[in-house]
Amino acid sequence: MRGQAQQVEGKGALGRDTGGAMGEKVEEFHTVYHPKPGPGGAIIKIESFSLWYGATQALFDVNMEVERGLVTALIGPSGCGKSTLLRSLNRMNDLIEEVRISGQIYLDGEAIYGSKVDVIGLRKRMGMVFQKPNPFPMSIADNVLYPLKVDGVRDRAVLEETLERALRAAALWEEVKDRLKENALKLSGGQQQRLCIARAIAGDPDVLLMDEPCSALDPLATGKIEELIYELKGRYTIIIVTHNMQQAARVSDNTAFMYLGRLVEYGETARIFTNPIVPWTMDYVTGRFG
Amino acid sequence: MGSASPPKGQRQPSKARHTGEPQQWCLGGALLLGLAMIAGFILLLLWNGLGAFFPKRVEVLELADGTRLAGEIFRKERIKVQDSGLEQGKEPSGVRLLVRTGNFDLYNEDFKWVPEGKIEKRGLPPDIWFVERLEWGPFVGFVEKLTLNGRELKGEEVSPEFLRNAQEEGARRRERMRGLERKGLSRVNQEMEKERLLLKRAARIYGEGTQEYARQKRRYEWLMETLSARYKELEGELERLRAEDSRTTISLITVDGKRKTLRLSEVVRMYRPNELDLLARLKVYGSRWWEFLTQEPREANTEGGIMPAIFGTFVMTVIMSLLVAPFGVVAALFLREYARQGFLVSAIRIAVNNLAGVPSIVYGVFGLGFFAYTIGGRIDSLFYSERLPNPTFGTGGLLWSSLTLALLTVPVVIVATEEALAAVPSSMREGSLACGASKWQTVRYIVIPRAMPGILTGLILAMARGAGEVAPLMLVGVVKMAPELPVDETFPYIHLERSFMHLAFHIFDLGFQSRNSEAAKPMVFASTLVLVGLVAVMNMVAVIIRNKLRKKFAEGHF
Ligand SMILES: Nc1ncnc2c1ncn2[C@@H]1O[C@H](COP(=O)(O)OP(=O)(O)OP(=O)(O)O)[C@@H](O)[C@H]1O
Ligand SMILES: [Mg+2]
Repeated sequence: MRGQAQQVEGKGALGRDTGGAMGEKVEEFHTVYHPKPGPGGAIIKIESFSLWYGATQALFDVNMEVERGLVTALIGPSGCGKSTLLRSLNRMNDLIEEVRISGQIYLDGEAIYGSKVDVIGLRKRMGMVFQKPNPFPMSIADNVLYPLKVDGVRDRAVLEETLERALRAAALWEEVKDRLKENALKLSGGQQQRLCIARAIAGDPDVLLMDEPCSALDPLATGKIEELIYELKGRYTIIIVTHNMQQAARVSDNTAFMYLGRLVEYGETARIFTNPIVPWTMDYVTGRFG
Repeated sequence: MGSASPPKGQRQPSKARHTGEPQQWCLGGALLLGLAMIAGFILLLLWNGLGAFFPKRVEVLELADGTRLAGEIFRKERIKVQDSGLEQGKEPSGVRLLVRTGNFDLYNEDFKWVPEGKIEKRGLPPDIWFVERLEWGPFVGFVEKLTLNGRELKGEEVSPEFLRNAQEEGARRRERMRGLERKGLSRVNQEMEKERLLLKRAARIYGEGTQEYARQKRRYEWLMETLSARYKELEGELERLRAEDSRTTISLITVDGKRKTLRLSEVVRMYRPNELDLLARLKVYGSRWWEFLTQEPREANTEGGIMPAIFGTFVMTVIMSLLVAPFGVVAALFLREYARQGFLVSAIRIAVNNLAGVPSIVYGVFGLGFFAYTIGGRIDSLFYSERLPNPTFGTGGLLWSSLTLALLTVPVVIVATEEALAAVPSSMREGSLACGASKWQTVRYIVIPRAMPGILTGLILAMARGAGEVAPLMLVGVVKMAPELPVDETFPYIHLERSFMHLAFHIFDLGFQSRNSEAAKPMVFASTLVLVGLVAVMNMVAVIIRNKLRKKFAEGHF
């Protein structure tokens, strides 16, 4: 009963705040943390990060550490800022005019927001996979090797080696090895999405950012991609946004629950889905939310 | 297929939707009207253009007053009786014929109106000839005699077969003489002029008293000697050929007994129009088209071919496209991808759009004043000062024409390119940027290729507009008759400073500036047909390229 009361109170506080005025209730708001530590410590540190689209604030004072080599899932209702947070990590939000930020994000201890930061180098360290597959209108091979092309790599041996490695890693090699010169747009949706994953991997990034990578795919293709994520775990740090609770539960080590631009609870996936500390998280993962 | 159509009862509502809506009828009617106008225009062009060169029969007419004349009946016209004024009584039928009599040198006209009522007798003599000549237009009449090296042939001896062979030989002699003049004499002249300019330049650089100049001068004098010798030699050969040529003549006589003797090599083509069967007619027709498309014009452009004009139009359009494409694409790229969207960019955009509405003659004036006189004058004084006061780039020419037209058509390309760029999905850009590509790499590898079909559409529109434009060109480099093609086999192959001929101007010139607009009419239509065809072909090529690209970018199936 006490929890129930708390929830109502907290919800109210958050709800009132979306207008922009920071009430004192929000300062009382604390994210609950219980993440599983990775073998290599934290790779990304997000420190009191807030983001505004013009006058509307989309992220409120997010603090979070992403563990190296683990899969971290971002969940939360639509519009809560998952994509915004993900795109903040490789500064894709720079493309949108009128975006302002405060706070800082560190990748391997180096600040990524600042005038001297090499944004292109940063993006090369973070592969990104989008919600809708977006292969380029060129051949399969050219798609995968695009990150190397922009790096100016010409060495045939390196290119061929990377092509095969990335496509194998994305579990696509067997399907396309005989038609690498074919236009990538001829592939099926699921194949296209795996191609995009291969492309993200080809540049040999440290982190893979995936924004709802399976939302446009059928269950079979989704299963393949999930398997893939499972395989890639350990080699890459993966951050995946998803609306699919089962998927988050299956593939991730840690899960972050966001709501109205705030990080509510960040912890071990098993705990989040069975016995979360914050009642809203419970409501959300059990589908009683809203 | 019967099963596919719905039962009658269900059809009723959809039918109601199609009928009774006045807007729909208006739209449909307007579309139909537009299509009909286009179809009518094309049909008119095809009919008049394709029919222009078909050999007609030659009729001999005897009039009431005893005059005889022969010619092709061009057309019939009904005249209102009151129009003919005093002669009312004499022209009861009120129909008159336009006869192409030819023989301009003898009659001082080559078309004659003949009232039908005055004609006593009409005939189609089989042995009458239609002789196309280098000068004075066609001759219509009979062959009296042929003189081959002083030997006269008459009557039965001059069979059509024999005549044709002799004429072909004459044509070959003519070609040889022309080759000598063009390729031999004028080439030597050019060489001499070049050396003279080199010496002039040396005088400017080193000064006349210097040793270097003296050395150059010795070289010049020596070269001049050899070149003059070569010139004399060629001239002698030409003289010999001319003498030989003048010994082969043909004497012709008109139906009313006037005589004309000319060198056989002056005959371009001769045939007996009333004897020809369809195949022979088609042969004449084909050979006329061939001449039209591959030869240079004669007789103030009213005869011969239009090859220089076709060539000039083509080269100018290609150069214009090569200029306008980078200009327009770069401008659009900057406006769309790099410039900060705001008041200034909107203002520029509006200005560009309005630029498309500026009358084209204004561009011509600008091109002449700015490109030719200002920039061209500067180029001349810097690089071609030894030729002054004769301008090289300081007057109209191929480069300035292409640039002027590029300026004229650049708004079209900018607008089309901007639209194409805006249509590139942002997911593509984001995908590229997320791979660590720079903005320029993204534009270069993803955005431009993807926008290429749209850019090509803009180019196609620009090309179509540019190829048909004539007003500005008259100011910046198109001439009635260009002595040389802008592209030839002498270094540097493409002569951007030369003035050139253009089909659109050629049409204007033929239709309105020639001594006899009636004689030029078939040529006008044929030239128009060629211009439309040329634009269509160039557009078709661009469309094919564009469709190939489009196929590449077609979205895959999901
Ligand atoms: N380009 C933009 N300009 C203005 N506001 C934006 C923009 N992109 C997102 N927003 C706002 O920011 C908030 C967070 O959006 P975001 O896309 O991060 O949500 P999300 O959690 O990814 O939602 P979903 O699950 O539906 O993808 C939303 O309220 C949205 O309206
Ligand atoms: Mg999202």
